[in-house]
Amino acid sequence: MSRVTGVLRAVAVLALAGAATAGCAKQEEGTRTLQFWTIGREGEAVEKLLPEFEREHPGLHVSVQQLPLTAAHQKLLTAYAGDSTPDITQLGNTWVPELVALDAIEPLDARVASSKVVEKNDYFPAIWSTNVIDGKVYGVPWYVDTRLLFYRKDLLARVGYDHPPRDWPEWQAMMAKLSQPPGKTYGVLLPTNEFEQLLALSLQQDEPLLRDDGRYGNFRSAGFKKALAFYVSLFKNQQAPMMTNVGVGNPWAAFGQGFYTFYLSGPWNIGEFRKRLPPEQQGDWATTPLPGPNGPGASNAGGSSLVIFRASKHKDDAWALIEFLSRPAIQERFYQILGDMPPRRSSWEAPALRDDDKATAFRDQLERVKPTPPVAEWERIVTEMQLVAAQAAHGDISIDDAAAEIDRRADRLLEKRRWMLDHGHKASP
Amino acid sequence: MNTSRAAWLFITPALIILGLFFLLPVIAALILSVTDYDLYALADIRNLRFVALQNYWQLLQRPLFWSALGHTVYFVVVGVPLSLFASLGAAMLLNSPLARFKPFFRTALFAPVVTTVVAVAVIWRYLFNTKYGLVNYALDSIGMPTVDWLGDPHWAMPTIILFAVWKNFGYNMIIFMAGLQAIPGDLYEAARIDGASAFAQFRHITLPMLKPTMLMVSILTVSGYFQLFAEPYVMTEGGPLQSTTSVLYLMYEEGFKWWNLGSASAVAFILFVIMFAVTATMLRLSRQGEKA
Repeated sequence: MSRVTGVLRAVAVLALAGAATAGCAKQEEGTRTLQFWTIGREGEAVEKLLPEFEREHPGLHVSVQQLPLTAAHQKLLTAYAGDSTPDITQLGNTWVPELVALDAIEPLDARVASSKVVEKNDYFPAIWSTNVIDGKVYGVPWYVDTRLLFYRKDLLARVGYDHPPRDWPEWQAMMAKLSQPPGKTYGVLLPTNEFEQLLALSLQQDEPLLRDDGRYGNFRSAGFKKALAFYVSLFKNQQAPMMTNVGVGNPWAAFGQGFYTFYLSGPWNIGEFRKRLPPEQQGDWATTPLPGPNGPGASNAGGSSLVIFRASKHKDDAWALIEFLSRPAIQERFYQILGDMPPRRSSWEAPALRDDDKATAFRDQLERVKPTPPVAEWERIVTEMQLVAAQAAHGDISIDDAAAEIDRRADRLLEKRRWMLDHGHKASP
Repeated sequence: MNTSRAAWLFITPALIILGLFFLLPVIAALILSVTDYDLYALADIRNLRFVALQNYWQLLQRPLFWSALGHTVYFVVVGVPLSLFASLGAAMLLNSPLARFKPFFRTALFAPVVTTVVAVAVIWRYLFNTKYGLVNYALDSIGMPTVDWLGDPHWAMPTIILFAVWKNFGYNMIIFMAGLQAIPGDLYEAARIDGASAFAQFRHITLPMLKPTMLMVSILTVSGYFQLFAEPYVMTEGGPLQSTTSVLYLMYEEGFKWWNLGSASAVAFILFVIMFAVTATMLRLSRQGEKA
């Protein structure tokens, strides 16, 4: 049982061993170095694009540090606490409010207004709005991430449907037929430790998830209860396996074996399924926008943005890098390298995206995405939401009790925010 | 220069280091635990509020704290006896005159103790994977039902206990071996002449003679096991359904994941009080046992 710090250090060393080597390049005289932090696989892809940027900007060197996703949030906050922030970083757009609350990142309105590359109206509105807090822009969307349905066309045809579901009732009818024999085959995979699926279903409702300017939770609203009841019913009726993503292990193989038909997931899985399923199965699967309670439904406006830290001494250079990465031509290449979907409509005109039958559903969904409430505590609230929802899925508590419990936890987490707002402290947003 | 001043002079460097790197942080944490130091306070210290014992109070009202405490106690109550049993057993085996290749086995059994928890836990996570783990493969091949070791809330903690016992028993084993070697051989000889069975020898000679060692080892193990953190952090991240969230893991999440350093410090002090009470009780019970 070793000490916490020792373990964390070991994890950090393992995780950042690769990053350290990146930052050790010897500096030439007269070059300026831009510190750029990325999260997850984006770092590898962006390394391939940077030589071109450095050719265009002689005397500027970009040093990329890749943070592992599990440690990124912590590392960014720790960097802020220790005054060692980079110049520019990739930031999950749900984390923007938190860093704005810390006053850690630079407002970009003036730069956006005078930019010839970053055209606000070309971006999907809901995605852009995740970066706007109190009317100020703090980040530029880099790629988008929304959840929709991956499904097996052949299995659906076998139970008599030649089209994907259009609304919840139809989707439920399909899943009921597909979950035979019970306990062996399932309609849909919803890992119980991931909040994104329930979040997408609850964003489809009319009621917001927080009320009174983000002072209180709004999980007892009729809309959220409806989404939660639908979610829980899938487990109760054995249409979704009671499994965490650890338990599923390899969701791609399970999809290929027909363990489940629908998978509520994000764009990176297009590449994964193309890579992992055998050629003869490639025609059997497709993507489709998320069905809503009564017709096409909304989904989450996820993704990552690029932000500049206030403490940066190279803000103009950092902005130049943001502009470079926002060019449609560069975003197209970024998509080809990694499969990350571009946040602007003109980038979607690229043949690679326009003619890809698996990507068009995402293009359609992106016009119907909704941002999550822009409060610093959101990440925690949604984590608690899923913990309680998993208990409801297990049948430990009723829908009403679960909704009340999520509200109770959300209100407790928002206590400080209420105090800040009521006492005129700047609790942006 | 009298002796006591000379003595103070000699221990001053050590005291300064202890004060600076141990006492001062502890006092700082105590102060933190009566404030609501969080993200907002990090941004602007004027957002810091003195909340007296509210952190402690709220913690005692949180179901998660109690379940984390429950998991930790479960881990201690099941893990410590298992660990002691395993280490004493291994020490007896290695100490027996029949054992061969003693140095090799001593090293092999001690090896898990000195390897990094993180690296070993990753390997165990593979072994216990539900679908393609070696353990389930072995169970399956002998016709036993497979278990979702790390995905089932009922099985996750037992799996972690197994792992922790396997990883740590070597340390206590070495201490027990030293204790066993210190028992005079003529006691056993006398017992054999009196016709005592092996079990009687163990019960009336080995155990009583090992008592001080046993006490030290159990206190060390109990206080170590209360600080369960690394195993759930690497293997399950406190899941599934928070069934492996320990008190220390809760502290880590509060403090380093969400930056609520105020309530994280409160968790630390509550755990300290509990551990202090438990080890003090153990000491007292053993003293009473000596008097009886």
